[in-house]
Amino acid sequence: MVHWTAEEKQLITGLWSKVNVEECGAEALARLLIVYPWTQRFFDKFGNLSSPTAIIGNPKVRAHGKKVLTSFGDAVKNLENLKATFSKLSELHCEKLHVDPENFRLLGDILIIVLAAHFTKDFTPACQATWQKLVGVVAHALAYKYH
Amino acid sequence: MLTAEDKKMIQQTWEKVSGQAETIGEEALWRLFITYPQTKTYFPHFDLTRGSDQVRSHGKKVVNALTGAVKNMDNLSQALSELSNLHAYNLRVDPSSFSLQLLSQCFQVVLAVNLGKDYTPEVHAAFDKFLSAVAAVLAEKYR
Repeated sequence: MVHWTAEEKQLITGLWSKVNVEECGAEALARLLIVYPWTQRFFDKFGNLSSPTAIIGNPKVRAHGKKVLTSFGDAVKNLENLKATFSKLSELHCEKLHVDPENFRLLGDILIIVLAAHFTKDFTPACQATWQKLVGVVAHALAYKYH
Repeated sequence: MLTAEDKKMIQQTWEKVSGQAETIGEEALWRLFITYPQTKTYFPHFDLTRGSDQVRSHGKKVVNALTGAVKNMDNLSQALSELSNLHAYNLRVDPSSFSLQLLSQCFQVVLAVNLGKDYTPEVHAAFDKFLSAVAAVLAEKYR
């Protein structure tokens, strides 16, 4: 079980309340596909991913990014219970989607950079440390049911 | 592989932050130590409190080395050859940990914090590639 201090919880919920989930989600997913192009392997049905501009403007990318980050919001609401929260999603990613869990780590790192670019100085070192911990445990929870 | 476009973006971006080399270096290291405490194991001989002279000076050293790398992107292996030796035979920072990769993440966060919207997806991609290439060269002679 992950332990969160009161300060960490505050840094998480405080920042999350200011996040535009749709914009941030779209941006994070787009950056994943741009910075680590091999991740496009999971998105054959998404249409035009031929350039950064195409990816950023792609409506399926935006919609899926929003979906992913909305789901991440469940983590913020269930910090004490992440494995259970992501149990079904973990099975899905393993059995149906066949996603290498390393990709969860990549997306986590990308999300951190999106938050940093958006919040700039407010994304303090303490904030980064807490959020890197969060994305790490979410990635772990998502990988937990793999077999 | 760094394209010509990547190199241009990296050079332009680095120029924007070159005036704050020391601050950027110090901040990247500080973020590294508090986000990934295991990296402190490489600095038992340092005062690691925020703003310490040793961390400032080391941050500056790292940024200066990166500036050298930015100027020699066509020949990173040669440009970083001595640092490569140092990391392989003396420092032996774990390459798979990947402590060098963790520092790359922290540098990118500092760039994003300083550049905001200007740290576009394209610039982000170019830098991620560049820092990976630097880390690979530093780990080249490990075995």
